[in-house]
Amino acid sequence: MTTLKKRAELPQENNRAKPAAFPVILIGGLLLLIAGMAVSIAYGATTIDLNTVWDAVIHYNPELPQHQVIWDLRLPRVVGSVLVGAAFAVAGALMQGMTRNPLADSGILGLNAGAAFVLAFCYSYFPGLAFSYLMMYSFLGAGIAAGIVYGIGSISRSGLTPLRLVLAGSAVSALLVALSQGLAIYFQIGQDLAYWYAGGLSGIEWAELRIMFPWVAVAFIAAMTLSRSITVLSLGDDVAAGLGQRTWLIRLAGIGVVLVLAGASVSIVGSVGFVGLIVPHAARYLVGMDYRRIIPCSAVLGSLLMLAADLGSRRINPPLETPVGALLALIGIPFFLYLARRKGVDN
Amino acid sequence: MTVLGILIAVTFIISMNTGFIRLLPMDVMRTLFGMGTEDQSLILFEFRLPRIIISVLAGAGLAVSGCIIQGITRSPLADPGILGINAGAGLMVVLFISFYPTREVVPVFMLPVLALIGAGLASMLIYTLAYQKHRGLSPTRLLLTGVAVASGISAAMIVLTLKFDPNQYQFVATWLAGTIWGSNWKFVLALLPWIIVLFGYVFYKARVLNILNLGEQTPTGLGLSVEKDRRLLLLSAVALAGSSVAVSGGIGFIGLIGPHLAVRLVGPRNQALLPASALVGALLLIISDTLGRSILQPSELPAGIIVAVIGAPYFLYLLARAK
Repeated sequence: MTTLKKRAELPQENNRAKPAAFPVILIGGLLLLIAGMAVSIAYGATTIDLNTVWDAVIHYNPELPQHQVIWDLRLPRVVGSVLVGAAFAVAGALMQGMTRNPLADSGILGLNAGAAFVLAFCYSYFPGLAFSYLMMYSFLGAGIAAGIVYGIGSISRSGLTPLRLVLAGSAVSALLVALSQGLAIYFQIGQDLAYWYAGGLSGIEWAELRIMFPWVAVAFIAAMTLSRSITVLSLGDDVAAGLGQRTWLIRLAGIGVVLVLAGASVSIVGSVGFVGLIVPHAARYLVGMDYRRIIPCSAVLGSLLMLAADLGSRRINPPLETPVGALLALIGIPFFLYLARRKGVDN
Repeated sequence: MTVLGILIAVTFIISMNTGFIRLLPMDVMRTLFGMGTEDQSLILFEFRLPRIIISVLAGAGLAVSGCIIQGITRSPLADPGILGINAGAGLMVVLFISFYPTREVVPVFMLPVLALIGAGLASMLIYTLAYQKHRGLSPTRLLLTGVAVASGISAAMIVLTLKFDPNQYQFVATWLAGTIWGSNWKFVLALLPWIIVLFGYVFYKARVLNILNLGEQTPTGLGLSVEKDRRLLLLSAVALAGSSVAVSGGIGFIGLIGPHLAVRLVGPRNQALLPASALVGALLLIISDTLGRSILQPSELPAGIIVAVIGAPYFLYLLARAK
């Protein structure tokens, strides 16, 4: 009974459900998202006025250079950052719910490094591999990293404390990054790899989005289907088992969804961390502990964060782009420190 | 201990033989006594020998530093990298290269000093962030803060390195991955005094470190001024690791594994543990550097990568076993 109580207290951000907040955030967030996308398309190396943007979306005229810039460069970039932001955030929300660990995030737990390592391997040995294969390999890489990190957790007797999970994640990351570095130095592809690794949104193409979209869409639907069970799981294994839940099955499905979301995102933008860490906390704070609400809110807020970060990355130091991953790390780290300082983690 | 000493000697000799140009053991012997050809003595005395000595010193420094940090935090998973030493040193090196006006070869003798300053600053930052007024220094918070600050610093480094030209980038990438690049007697002379002085102090304080291992209450009960000793020891750990990293690049994991292997060999008493850690660390780094030079000839793999490939699985194993 005591362990049960302690565990239930861990994610105690805000236990009161706020029914009114959910539709407000969802609808308001979506409206804000559309406005943000328009602004993000308009502001680039050259500013294009919003009428032209609208015009290009409605009646695309391939003769006009501005329309071309919008269709071929800016639109895929914006759609990509929205998708990726949502995917990282939902992956983080699922991981935090399943592990009851406030510090869980695909970057901190080494999944991003795993996907990135496999991609570095592909760049080195099979340059010019089709994107659809790259994405599959990226799932595989994230899966290997997750397998190792969770394997460590399940071997040890005292289970996965937040501290242990973070340390296992950072060791797995260190190993995979070292291997990637080895490849990069040996094949002298370091700088290309570093740019992509830092989170580059600039090179996103429609073709990539077309391949990525169905995966992410299915993963979102799966996440929503799981959401009720995740809520129960987030109360602790004892409660979940008591309610007749097959915890291992839900966890397995959840991990599968996380791998697809993180892997697909990393294969498009590189290793961008901290979105999955911050956003679910914000969502929980706003709408309470029910994952049926947390997951859609995380998706919307994640998209907004990514969109803002992308806009920031282009406006901070024009015409150069600041890597989005670095920008998000600078926002995310103080937040991580704040979470780490709180009592819940000390265990 | 004797066994370790012999192992080091053997590796030392093997390491002198291997490299881009192989020297037969007999040639090495002859050259050592001044009877080799000019080429042979050039390779041996000017390139290989200083590099091997640097890896012995740096490996020992890192391992002893790790031993102190593990003792003070009472966490078997701590190491100098956790205190941000590699990250801080790396950031200073990257900053220096990005602001250094010419695209010529970097004035290498500035780098160790800068790396040391960077290591010190980063550890101060982590210490300050992790310290809480009423509860002191909790090992958990130190580890988590270290992870966070290190990842922040690497984000900053990535931003800076993107503007580099390929040569600069290759240099920095190799440095960060941990190459024994100080293959020059001047670096040996620069590192040696640090190691000697700090080893002297730390070995002298071995008994205090034993007591600090026991936890907060006992040392205060025994009348030691815990906080002062702890700070001084932590400071020497930072200086040891910082100066080692300065000449050897960002090598992680030796500070973690070295002490653990040493505990297996000689037990937890610091009077024996500290010297044993030094020997194990030295051995590990020579082996890694020698392997790095010989696996992928003619190109070289940084020793740090080999250490990580061996070290990270070991770390995970420790993590799985720790209670």
